[in-house]
Amino acid sequence: MRVLAALSGGVDSAVAAARAVDAGHDVVGVHMALSRSRAQFREGSRGCCSIEDAGDARRAADRLGIPFYVWDLSERFEDTVVADFLAEYAAGRTPNPCVRCNEHIKFATLLDKGLALGFDAVCTGHYAKVVVRDDGTRELHRAAEPAKDQSYVLAVLGPQRLARALFPLGDVPSKVATRAEAVARGLSVAAKPDSYDICFVADGDTQGFLRDRLGSQPGEVVDTAGAVVGQHDGAYAYTVGQRRGLALGHPAPDGRPRYVLAVEPVANRVVVGSADELAVGGLVADRPVWFGAPPPPGTTCAAQVRAHGSPVGVVVERAGDDELAVALADGAALRGVAPGQSVVLYDGTRVLGQGTVRATRPALVGTTR
Amino acid sequence: MSVYLDHAATTPVRPAAAAALAEALARAGNPSSLHASGRAARRSVEEARERLAAAVGARPGEVVLTSGGTEADNLAVKGLFWARRAADDRRRRVLVSAVEHHAVLDPARWLAERAGAELVLLPVDDEGVVDLDALRSELAAHPDEVALVSVMWANNEVGTLQPLAEVVAAAHEYGVPVHADAVQALGQVPVDFAASGLDAMSLSAHKVGGPVGAGALLARRGLDLVPVQHGGGQERGVRSGTLSAALVQAFAVAADEAVAERDGFAHRVGALRDRLVDGALAAVPGAVLRGPADPARRLPGNAHLTFAGCEGDSLLYLLDSAGVEASTGSACQAGVLQRSHVLLAMGLRDEEARGALRFSLGHTSTADDVEAALAVLPGAVERARAAGMAAGVPA
Repeated sequence: MRVLAALSGGVDSAVAAARAVDAGHDVVGVHMALSRSRAQFREGSRGCCSIEDAGDARRAADRLGIPFYVWDLSERFEDTVVADFLAEYAAGRTPNPCVRCNEHIKFATLLDKGLALGFDAVCTGHYAKVVVRDDGTRELHRAAEPAKDQSYVLAVLGPQRLARALFPLGDVPSKVATRAEAVARGLSVAAKPDSYDICFVADGDTQGFLRDRLGSQPGEVVDTAGAVVGQHDGAYAYTVGQRRGLALGHPAPDGRPRYVLAVEPVANRVVVGSADELAVGGLVADRPVWFGAPPPPGTTCAAQVRAHGSPVGVVVERAGDDELAVALADGAALRGVAPGQSVVLYDGTRVLGQGTVRATRPALVGTTR
Repeated sequence: MSVYLDHAATTPVRPAAAAALAEALARAGNPSSLHASGRAARRSVEEARERLAAAVGARPGEVVLTSGGTEADNLAVKGLFWARRAADDRRRRVLVSAVEHHAVLDPARWLAERAGAELVLLPVDDEGVVDLDALRSELAAHPDEVALVSVMWANNEVGTLQPLAEVVAAAHEYGVPVHADAVQALGQVPVDFAASGLDAMSLSAHKVGGPVGAGALLARRGLDLVPVQHGGGQERGVRSGTLSAALVQAFAVAADEAVAERDGFAHRVGALRDRLVDGALAAVPGAVLRGPADPARRLPGNAHLTFAGCEGDSLLYLLDSAGVEASTGSACQAGVLQRSHVLLAMGLRDEEARGALRFSLGHTSTADDVEAALAVLPGAVERARAAGMAAGVPA
C-alpha cells in the first residue's frame, strides 16, 4: 500500500512509521502544521507542532529513508477543532478536541487529501488495534498496553474510516517497549517526553485560553437551592466535576468540598454541589457511531467517558441511529460527566460504538438539574 | 534520475569551480598571515577578487567578500542605514520594493522595529515591476529623510527585471544611495556594476554554479558602510572574519564562467523556458504565467505559473514523487509554505497565490528536462486540484 505516515515529531508516530516501512508499505511522512503561530520549542508535555517538532519529524523520516513533507492544515484545524472547542465551551459543554481532530483532521482532511494524491491509507502512532473479521467487518479494539490505549479517541471514526487507518503500535506491550524500539532503530526522538495536554493551548492554561478567546463574562455561582455562593468570570471556563478554582466565598453548610454540577451558558450560571450530587445514574448521547449492529436494549457492557478514565458497567437502554442511552449497572459508579464528552461503549476490548454526551441524569433519587 | 528545475534555489556546482575548490582546500594558509603560506593564500584571494570584479564590471577594491547573498544584503541595508543616519539624523526612511527577497525585507523590517527606521514598501504592478512614480514621489516628499533605496535587479520568484537605471537616476537626484540584490541576475542578464550606477550590489556564488557559503557585496569606492560583523578588520574593516581562499577561488571561477557563457546561456535556456511555459499553458487548463509576459523583461531561466484550486505543497509532492524538482518560490518556515509576499504584492488573491509553482532553469538544464516536466505536470495539477477540494481549497 501507499501509506501516508503522520509524523508529529514524537516517538510513537516515528516508530509507527518505521513499522509501516518494515511491513513493506511505500511510506511517505507528513508533518501536519496545525498552528499558524508556532512556538520554536515544545514546552514540557504540551504541544505537538512546534518548529522543533517539525524538525524532529524530519529527522525521523531521514532515518527511515522516506520522503517527508510538511502540510499546513492550520486553517482547517482552526475552523474545525479550535472553533468547535470554543463553541462547545461557550455552550456549557466539555469537548474533547483530540476526538474532534481525529474525526476532522487526521482521518478526514489529511486522509482525503492523501487519497486524492494517490495514497491508500494514513498511518499514525495511536495505540489501538483494528481487527478484520473473516466476513470483512472491521473491529476496533483496545491496544495491548491498556495504559496507552487510545481506542477511546478513535472510536468516532467508525468502521468505514478505519478501513483507511493503520495503527502499527496496537500490539506494542508497553510504552517502554516503544522507546526501546526507537532506540534500537536509531530514532533520536526515543527519549522525548509524551504529550498529554491540548496542543493548541500553548501554556496548558485552558481557562486562560478560553478567557482570551471568549472574553470576560462575569456571573454567579449558585448552589442547588439557587443561593449565590460566589462569582465567576465566565461560566464557559467551568467543567462539570471540577473542584479546584471555584474560589467560593461561602463555605458549604456541611463543610464538605463542592464541585461544579452544571454549567448554564444562557443564564451564565455555574451550579455547585456535593460529590454525591455529581453521581451519574445514566446518560444520553447524540450522533452515535456503531461498529456493527447497535447493541439491543438490556445489553450489559462497559462505558468510558474520558481518555484516561476507567470503564464502568452500564446497561443499554436505547441504541440506534440517532441516539444512545445507557443506565449505570448495579454497583457501578460514575461521577462528573459533562455534556460534550465522548462516551465509548466496550464489550471487553472491542469497541461497540461511540456518541457525544447530550445529557446525564443524577444517580440520587429526588434531585434534578 | 531526477529532473532538477530549481536552479533559483541553488545550481549544481560547475566542474571547474569544484576543481578550484578542491585544489585550494588542500593548501593551508590564512590570507591575513604574514608568512609564506599566508602570502600565498592572500595572493589567491586577491587574484580571485580581481577575476570576480572583472566579471561584474567592478574594481577589485569594491568587492567585499561575504558568506553569501543574505549577508551581503544585511550589510548593505543595515550598514547603509546606520552610516547615512550617523551623517544626518533625519535620514530614517528605508525605501525597498515590496517584492524584495527576505534577506532585504527582513533587515529593513528589523531596522524599523529596533533601530528607529521608517520602512516604506514601494508598490509593484501586476507583473512585479516597481512603481517608479511611487519612488519619485516618496523621494520628493521627504528629500532629506531617505537613508537608502533597495530594489532587486531581478526577482527570485517571478523573474521580473526591475528598471534599475530609472531607480538609480531618481535616487541620485536626491543624493540617496541605491542597493540592488543581483543574486538572481548574475549569469542570466548582463550585470555591470559600474555601468549600473548602483552604490551597492549583492552577489552569491551558489546561484551561478559556485559553492554555497560565498558571496560578495560590491560597494562603490567611498561608500560609507557601518560594519555588521566586527572582529579582525578584514575586507576594509567592513566585514571581519577569516576569508576562505578556497571558497573565494571557486566563486570567482564560477562567476567568470557564468558571465562568459551568459549570452549563449540566455538564448539556449530562454528557449527551453519558452517551451516550458507554452507547453504548460497549453496542457493545463487554468494555468497562468506570472511575472512579465514579455520574455525579454524576465530572467531567461524563470517560469512561474499559478494553478487555481491547487495547493503548492500538493504539487510539489506530486512532482517530486515523479522525479521533477521545482519550488513554490516562496519562503517556508520549517517546511510550511507561506503565501508569497511577492504574488500578494502583485495583487493576486490569496487563493491564486496558494497554487504557485516556480520552475527555474540553469546551466545544466536540457530539453529532456523540460519535456519530462511537461509530461507529468497536467496529471499532477489535476490530482492536486482533487486534493485541494478534499482539503477545502477555494478554486
